[in-house]
Amino acid sequence: MIFLKLIVTNLRRHRIRSLISIAGIAFSVAAMLTVVTILQGAIGMFSGILSSDSQIIVFERNVSDLFFSSVPAAAIDRIAALPTVSHADPVLFGIVSSADHPIITCFGVTAADARIRKATWIQGERGDFAKHSDDVVLGERAAEFLHAKLGDLVPIGHGTFHVIGILKTTNGFEDGGVFMPLGGAQSFFHKEGTSSVITVKLRDKGDADVFKAQVKTMFPSLVALEDAEFTRSYSQFRILKATAWAVGGCGLVLGGLGVANTMIMSVFTRIREIAILRVNGFSSLQVATMIFGESAVVAMLGGALGLLSGALLLIVLKQVPALHGYVDVSMHPAVMLVVILLALATGIAGALYPAAYAMRIRAVEALRFE
Amino acid sequence: MKDFSAWIDSGDRIVLRAKDVWKSYDDGAITVLRGVTFEVIKGQTVALCGPSGCGKSTLLHLFGGLDAADRGHVAVNGIEINRHTNLPRLLRHEIGFVFQLHNLIPDLTLEENCLIPTFAAGIDRKEARARLLDLTERTHLTHRLGQRIQKLSGGERQRTALCRALMNKPKILLADEPTGSLDEETSGAVFDLLLDLAATEGITLLMATHDRSLALRCDQLLEMHDGIIHEQIVSR
Repeated sequence: MIFLKLIVTNLRRHRIRSLISIAGIAFSVAAMLTVVTILQGAIGMFSGILSSDSQIIVFERNVSDLFFSSVPAAAIDRIAALPTVSHADPVLFGIVSSADHPIITCFGVTAADARIRKATWIQGERGDFAKHSDDVVLGERAAEFLHAKLGDLVPIGHGTFHVIGILKTTNGFEDGGVFMPLGGAQSFFHKEGTSSVITVKLRDKGDADVFKAQVKTMFPSLVALEDAEFTRSYSQFRILKATAWAVGGCGLVLGGLGVANTMIMSVFTRIREIAILRVNGFSSLQVATMIFGESAVVAMLGGALGLLSGALLLIVLKQVPALHGYVDVSMHPAVMLVVILLALATGIAGALYPAAYAMRIRAVEALRFE
Repeated sequence: MKDFSAWIDSGDRIVLRAKDVWKSYDDGAITVLRGVTFEVIKGQTVALCGPSGCGKSTLLHLFGGLDAADRGHVAVNGIEINRHTNLPRLLRHEIGFVFQLHNLIPDLTLEENCLIPTFAAGIDRKEARARLLDLTERTHLTHRLGQRIQKLSGGERQRTALCRALMNKPKILLADEPTGSLDEETSGAVFDLLLDLAATEGITLLMATHDRSLALRCDQLLEMHDGIIHEQIVSR
């Protein structure tokens, strides 16, 4: 109790300094949480596109980005014919721009694709898809920002397309995307006879390894990965995740420097008090624990405040029309835990030098200056 | 210099022993102690008298393990004080310190200040609280338990410092000018209390003081000058 009182008393003694440190950690935590959560949400949604009613993704080996992957049509037919496969859907990814929107994701799919089969059609008829190569189906948000409704002609990229349906989907990328018949997309993007990926559903999930081996043997230039495997290994995702953690980490380092500054000042301004504690039986370890305790309190308060403000920021971002549906803003408990632990570690790291300094304080010298 | 051998005891009754102790500061530029030798027997009250800078405080710091001698031997309860001595244990259980300035933590209450040594020593909270109530009753501070130090008078602060020093029932009390910052009347009262507590608790008291009249009330008076003991007076 006394120990806690000593910790709290010192933080209260220099309220402004303590609050600034707490704010520093809070901002760092909020920044890290927001960046990581948004990017993980984006990655999750992209993974969701790939794993729609499928377990395995087949794409060109050693490509840095799926948009550059090219899977020949012959492979699609042979893979679909494998006995382990329930169905295989080719998807061609493309990016175009319109007058108001620099990036619109296009999906070239067949009528049998799960996105077309299982989505909620707000307008139009499912059976009309892929009857004409210049027909498109829009995601609900894409229809909004393209100001398009059923039957309209909309300019997309260098072409003009006929809107034959509008879909409602929970995936932000799909909701803001354009679905084209595969043949039309191949022609539009000059990728005749190819797709970017094949999404595969197996008859039996247990056959994944067999299937992957078959693909490797049949098509050495292609690679088959299970969804989770793909999410873990895809270089773009890894770069995004690393960037998010690096940006957040830089924030935390700055927060840690703030804590270090506070704790150094805290030790320097009460050398005499620490000497008194030593004379009254405090060991150097107890003194160090007290300093670490102070920084831990600052870090935990900052972490809690950061979580709260990060959550509020995400809620606000969710309301921004440009980001609507694009990012999954739900915070994952694991991310929250990691962020809090990092904040705590930062706080403790910030107290290393001050604690070492406090441990070396010689009571006799500190008390001599009365 | 007088021969003290007449009063020097031997065996386990000696609780404080200094033998040919030398101490200097600033790389030897200032020599504070020049071969000090003396012993204090268990339960004695001993006053170190002398002008400022004669080495009284330094001697107390050496016995408390707060500083190290350049030469010679300093022992407490037969254990030599050096860098291998478990100093926190010594300060938690063997020795209590009282300073001229009370050295209390101003933001804490009287009670919290007094409980610091018990926390350091890991003493049970109930036991510590009982000891606190006993000491504050004897020092007439019970009604001030919840008060912050800023709100206490000089005498109350020094009595609080005395309570804190005695919380862990030390066997030795080292007091460095304990009444030096108090007016004459308060000084007398605090000193009476100090002697009374030392007697009732069976504590060995080694006190540095300028006040010869107070010093003469101790069992022994050691007169220091220029880092050596010039005279020893056995009062009682």
